[in-house]
Amino acid sequence: MPAVIGAAFLLLPLVGLLARAPWSALPDLLTDAGVVQALRLSLVSATAATAVALVLGVPLAWVLARVHLRGITVLRALITLPLVLPPVVGGVALLMAFGRRGLLGRYLEQWTGYSLPFTTTAVVLAETFVAMPFLVVTVEGAFRSADRDLDEAASTLGASRMTVFRRVTLPLVGPSVLAGAVLCWARALGEFGATITFAGNFPGRTQTMPLAVYLALQSNPDAALALSLVLLLVSVVVLAALRTRWWGAGAAS
Amino acid sequence: MLAVSVLALALGACGDSASTSGSPSSGTITVFAAASLTEAFTTIGRQFEQAHPGTAVRFSFGPSSGLAEQIDQGAPADVFASADGDPMERVRLAGHVNRADGFASNTLEIAVPRGNPAHVSSLADLASPDVKVALCQPQVPCGALAARVLSRAGQVVHPVTLDTDVKAVLAAVSLGEVDAGIVYTTDVRAAGTAVEGVPLPSGTNASTVYPIAALSDAPHRAGANAFVQYVLSPAGRSVLLAAGFGPP
Repeated sequence: MPAVIGAAFLLLPLVGLLARAPWSALPDLLTDAGVVQALRLSLVSATAATAVALVLGVPLAWVLARVHLRGITVLRALITLPLVLPPVVGGVALLMAFGRRGLLGRYLEQWTGYSLPFTTTAVVLAETFVAMPFLVVTVEGAFRSADRDLDEAASTLGASRMTVFRRVTLPLVGPSVLAGAVLCWARALGEFGATITFAGNFPGRTQTMPLAVYLALQSNPDAALALSLVLLLVSVVVLAALRTRWWGAGAAS
Repeated sequence: MLAVSVLALALGACGDSASTSGSPSSGTITVFAAASLTEAFTTIGRQFEQAHPGTAVRFSFGPSSGLAEQIDQGAPADVFASADGDPMERVRLAGHVNRADGFASNTLEIAVPRGNPAHVSSLADLASPDVKVALCQPQVPCGALAARVLSRAGQVVHPVTLDTDVKAVLAAVSLGEVDAGIVYTTDVRAAGTAVEGVPLPSGTNASTVYPIAALSDAPHRAGANAFVQYVLSPAGRSVLLAAGFGPP
């Protein structure tokens, strides 16, 4: 019985969204220039955030999994903090670091005249801050469980460290990197709190889909429902992609 | 959460028995109010609680249009105070309000961070590409009013952000993340020393009248009426005047 209630509780809101959706007005609502703009900004910034997370996060995951130094567990705990930190706190923290009067942002503005808040770059940073730990945690687990004997065998056979990483380690953790990237992308796409706090809200520049949904609800609930449907659809697609990957990985092993 | 609703039920029961005698002597009154009323209403709420021992006033401050939407969706509010007529009209058309009374008015001012780093002295300065400006989004009263003032002044401003309510604009200004924002006169006063105000010429400034209403489906009807009366009373008005609001 609790299982039924649990499932119903999770499903009913989605049914509500579908039931109340303004289906007949949907084409008009979704082809609105503002909606297209917000969707494009969301897709671009979430993809950029995932790219940054891959470039910085995979090496970080490797260090966390393979380097044995004092303090590495503390580092791991701190790095995964954004996983549990309320995103709006992340936004405030980003302002204090990269804002015009922030630790780093102050010098950035002094030296270059450029300030980060309220730019699309700020959106990408906010999303990366919140979403990268998902990738790091997923990939770190894979590095940990990947068979190190294979790495050592490759080294013994004369492969350089870079070749070992590229030809042996990376293929072993590949599926996890992909799964981590998808999780990271989905989390970035849904980012709200850190984005509105650090990047503000301006259509076409920093107003991503979640912001557009929240703001539309105050003036045009039908538009908010339409936008929500789009995000729901994207989520279903992501989930389907992830499942196919997991099934694929399951079949391979 | 359950404990809270049980408590609310218990308090509601007290409130009902009190309402038969027409006195708001106990219970919790929930007031949805425009963000710009935060300081004034918090003070009024405290005074009201002292005048009516056993009564607690709880506030939800936010953008008027967002609060109107929450009321439409069945949020259990007793009183609604909006920063202009539109959100109140929306709530009235949906049948949640029978009558609303204007209780205060407000005008706009430019808020700049302490020291005015970008040397803003007029609306024309806001149009400069070197000046980062925050405005309320046009769907909320402060944004609609700012748009009216800017068009009156013949200035086209390209803000870096359109905030959800006036307090968010004020926060961006007081943190120094923007060089200027257009907020209510009362907000500049409420922000203390973190921001400075640049008054607008009276010819271009615009004012808004704040309506307040007890909701017809208020869970605590007697308390709702008593609170509205208190806001309209000389005691309530003097708090509003002290905060910089004008008469309605």
